[in-house]
Amino acid sequence: MKNKVMPMKEAVKAYIHDGDTIVIEGFTHLICFAAGHEIIRQNIQDLVVCRLTPDLIYDQMVAAGCVKKIVFSWAGNPGVGPLYGLRRAVEQGIPRTIEIEEYTHFGMVARFMAGASKMPFMHLNTFAGSSLPNENKNIKKIQCPYTGKFFATVPALNPDVAIIHVQRVDEIGNAQIWGLMGVQREAAFASKKVIIVAEELVDRSVIRSDPNRTLIPGMKVDAIVIEPFAAHPSYAQGYYDRDNQFYVDWYKVSKDLQGMEEYIAEWIYGISDRNEYIKKLGKNKFNELKADQRLAAPVNYGY
Amino acid sequence: MNSFTPGEIMVVRAAKELQNDEVVFVGIGLPNLACNLARRLQAPDLVLIYESGAVGAVPSRLPLSIGDPCLVTDSISVCSMVEAFYYYLQGGMITVGFLGGAQVDRFGNINSTVIGEYKKPKVRLPGSGGACEISIHSKKIIIILKQNKKTLPEKIDFITSPGYINENNQRSSYDMPGRGPVLVITDLGVYTFSKDTHEMVLSEMHPGVSLDKITENIGWKVKISDRLEITEVPSEKEMRIIREDLDPEKIYLR
Repeated sequence: MKNKVMPMKEAVKAYIHDGDTIVIEGFTHLICFAAGHEIIRQNIQDLVVCRLTPDLIYDQMVAAGCVKKIVFSWAGNPGVGPLYGLRRAVEQGIPRTIEIEEYTHFGMVARFMAGASKMPFMHLNTFAGSSLPNENKNIKKIQCPYTGKFFATVPALNPDVAIIHVQRVDEIGNAQIWGLMGVQREAAFASKKVIIVAEELVDRSVIRSDPNRTLIPGMKVDAIVIEPFAAHPSYAQGYYDRDNQFYVDWYKVSKDLQGMEEYIAEWIYGISDRNEYIKKLGKNKFNELKADQRLAAPVNYGY
Repeated sequence: MNSFTPGEIMVVRAAKELQNDEVVFVGIGLPNLACNLARRLQAPDLVLIYESGAVGAVPSRLPLSIGDPCLVTDSISVCSMVEAFYYYLQGGMITVGFLGGAQVDRFGNINSTVIGEYKKPKVRLPGSGGACEISIHSKKIIIILKQNKKTLPEKIDFITSPGYINENNQRSSYDMPGRGPVLVITDLGVYTFSKDTHEMVLSEMHPGVSLDKITENIGWKVKISDRLEITEVPSEKEMRIIREDLDPEKIYLR
């Protein structure tokens, strides 16, 4: 069997190309910052980046000039303020003009569902009375053949590549997640290629001992990267906490173009990989964010 | 009189609206505080659902985001966002939706998308997130925001989340499952909606707030209820829970 386990550099180089449509999913939880940083370091250009919440990761990728278009439903730094990198691009064309294609969360969820199930569109009950359909012509309507009622539709989203961070994976890519699951399963099934980044590589027997927890099966996975702490400043339930202070401080860091550029120079271009990032962050931060132990009651899969 | 901040009276007033058997779709910030205050008082069984997929969350710290890990620990279920939106929200499980926003017009339409033209924005705001569909599907909507002429303007540039849309209640033409906004709670007072003109009607002023202050901080000639009341002063117990347990670092209630 083909060995899918590889370093981040190799996975990004092999699977992500200029002009690709990509998704690095994870709703607050399990956002793979390490992959975004590697994409910036490899200077991949003209990407169409999709996510419900662009978060700091796409803010950084936009500011670094990797992004041609952003597809999203909520663009902010939650509980803190705006994403200034994205704002500068949208409002002033810095460092380049970018296109936006905007939905609601429900709309994005439905797009990934359509993509995952190989339907050209999905219908849903939202958007009525909102101004969004005036600005996004991809939001259309369909009449129900059973009731005669009208519903909104959104087109399938089928990215070239999905990057999904998980807690544990085996050597063929069977990937397990617990805690918030967002739309990672849909994003993975919708995408042509899937890169799994994991906190831990585990034996197949660990996966088989708890099959309900497998979100993405190995048969959908093209590359596996084992990289602990790759989601920081996002988090991995049971491994490390969200670095909320980083998100709060990002406001000051990113508000001015200079601060943003300095961050990218120091923390992305200035280091070569996640190992260096962790060293630079320091042991204290690592210990501070380490998760408490809250074990689930075991279940019996016997029959 | 106890001294309280504008944020504190908003949270205390909002918490009173939540009954024990309700299922709330919770936004971050003041709505989150109001729900957790209600849970400590009259509504211990209140079910908090966050759009991140945390169901029956019992956050032990103040979450900065709606995807905080503390919403998962000890919750009753964690679902995917497909389930959160298709089954819980569109499925009709949500009784109360709590929304904020940058601007609200007199018909309870919310703008959290853009100030100025969409394609040439003066200020680009975060966008809908789940707010649009929350406003369509929750059985009722409570809106919380600080009020001034900019946040409650005569007209908004963009409807992110529909209220009654216009004086003819255009909302009713869309056959939406939710009835729309029932209350707007600000730092100065509380507004209900007229059954005839579907516009906001001032129904309560917070203690110490004058009518002039209200009218100076709203973008249209607001209707005033003929049974205008003064909001109840927050009790010592309510203030203690907020200050000692819910937001001791005053992240949201400065």
